[in-house]
Amino acid sequence: MVLDIIFAKYNYIIYITLMTIGFYGMIGKRNLIKKLIGMSIFQYSIFLFYVSAADVSGGTAPILLNEPAVYVNPLPHVLILTAIVVAVSTLAVGLSLAIRIYREFGTLDEDKILELSR
Amino acid sequence: MIEHFPVLIIAIGLFGASFTPIVGLIRKELCSPWASFITLLQLIISIFLLYRVIAAGNMSYWLGGWEPPWGIEYAVDILNAFVLVIVAGVCFSVSIYGRKSLALEVPGKELPLYTLYILLTTGMLGIAVTGDIFNLYVFLEIGSLAAYALIAIGDRHSLMASFNYMIMGTISASFILLGIGYLYVMTGTLNMADLSALLPSLYGRPVILVALALLVVGLSIKTALFPLHTWLPDAYTHAPSAISAMLSGTFTKVGIYALIRVMFTVISPAYVIETVPVMSILSWVAAAGIIAGSVLAIAQYDIKRMLAYSSLSQIGYIVLGISMANKLAMTGGILHILSHSLMKVGLFMVAGAIIYRTGIRNIYQLRGMGKKMPLTMAAFVIGALSMIGIPPTIGFASKFYLAWGALYAGEWVFVAVILLSSLLTAVYFWRIFENVYFGVHEGIKKEEAPLSMLLPVLAFAFLVLLFGMFASIPIGIIEQWVTGVLPGED
Repeated sequence: MVLDIIFAKYNYIIYITLMTIGFYGMIGKRNLIKKLIGMSIFQYSIFLFYVSAADVSGGTAPILLNEPAVYVNPLPHVLILTAIVVAVSTLAVGLSLAIRIYREFGTLDEDKILELSR
Repeated sequence: MIEHFPVLIIAIGLFGASFTPIVGLIRKELCSPWASFITLLQLIISIFLLYRVIAAGNMSYWLGGWEPPWGIEYAVDILNAFVLVIVAGVCFSVSIYGRKSLALEVPGKELPLYTLYILLTTGMLGIAVTGDIFNLYVFLEIGSLAAYALIAIGDRHSLMASFNYMIMGTISASFILLGIGYLYVMTGTLNMADLSALLPSLYGRPVILVALALLVVGLSIKTALFPLHTWLPDAYTHAPSAISAMLSGTFTKVGIYALIRVMFTVISPAYVIETVPVMSILSWVAAAGIIAGSVLAIAQYDIKRMLAYSSLSQIGYIVLGISMANKLAMTGGILHILSHSLMKVGLFMVAGAIIYRTGIRNIYQLRGMGKKMPLTMAAFVIGALSMIGIPPTIGFASKFYLAWGALYAGEWVFVAVILLSSLLTAVYFWRIFENVYFGVHEGIKKEEAPLSMLLPVLAFAFLVLLFGMFASIPIGIIEQWVTGVLPGED
């Protein structure tokens, strides 16, 4: 019974696992770059949720052909393209902030930075 | 022409932001007037939109002519237009104020600064104008990314403040994205009006509950509601003064707008009030935030940090008003969006003017400032009295409606919270009054802020008094919207 649910919904379990890993990285890690890695994992896990939810079993790419066919839902893919652009921009801002923090404080360890900025 | 205004307000902003580098290449000094020009155009359009919506009812603009729910819809009703006018008005005034202030605090960075400034304005206006929930997420991220970069332009501590804000902001945005995803998977639509029509048949499902929780938590981080506020004090303290003024008056308010939109338009009031006690949870959280913000503000000695913590308690007021969900309290809450924008932006601008002239941030060093900058400090007093809630300022009008709404709902605890917090607000502003006006001040030369900084400060103080005396005008507009959302009561 439990196994059935796991096998039927394994995509959701994978995305929740990844999301938790990313969340831990953002909150638990003290190194700023590791925080950014966690942030990316966190964001991409949500993209995986969208894309896997769009899937239709046996569906093909949504290209209009003459014979009738089952298509996967293209809208979530398009939404996630937008969200990927957002995620990349956020990562770019984050990395450039990390570079400036390193130049200013000489370290990327959050605790050391807090000590230095006192 | 006017039917294209909802999209023009965004198009002008995106055009303005992408042309700022070209304007800056001609002459760097032109960037600031360019930003003022673009935001002025946006302000004029939003005033027209407000006028049109009040006179002739809601507007709907279909992007590219695609009919909703397939295409993206820009839907403007009274609440949208009201928020649009506040955001555009604050951004325009601060852009005039910021010319001198930003030139001193962050010299030589006009080009990226004003590009981001216009982009942030456009992002916030986009959140307010859109009728599509995924579009709301995109504009939220446009605004947030610009805000992270603008905060990082400040002093050396601003880098870490901006980084922490970015981590918190990304968590919040991802929660919002996930919430939208759940709603989409269940209904197959992203249009807000369509969602509100399709969702009632699914209210029994736990998925909707999870989506609501994700959206509320995500937006609460963006609005800096009390336990999730940790990014706000550092960001407002270390950002350039003009940017703190702008963010305090607009960004958190736009988050509250999105919260109202999600809870009252996308998901019906009946669900969030009766089926799931979201509203009563939010109102207790907000009440805790009101007290905590005031108490923490008393402990601060940096003037900008004190104002940042006081923002926390004012955000609590707005959320408290909305979450009590009766007509009076809700009117008070939405009116407090306007009054908090007017007074807090004014106060932050005064703090920036003091830093511009003297570089002083510690409130115990402000001795004799009443003689040095009499007009600026007079504006500060008006803003502070409005924060405390003394008539005839607009702060009195909104707090009066909030307290009246709490009485109407029979929530005596919240009445006590509102009164206690007013008292605490008086305590932390009194320390400044005492230093500024009382004691011996010999040999202080009068040295006002430059005119381009003084005028916006005085204009905001004047508006605080004007709307305080004619509070019936904004209240009439808000009541028209509230009556449409909560039709059950009288």
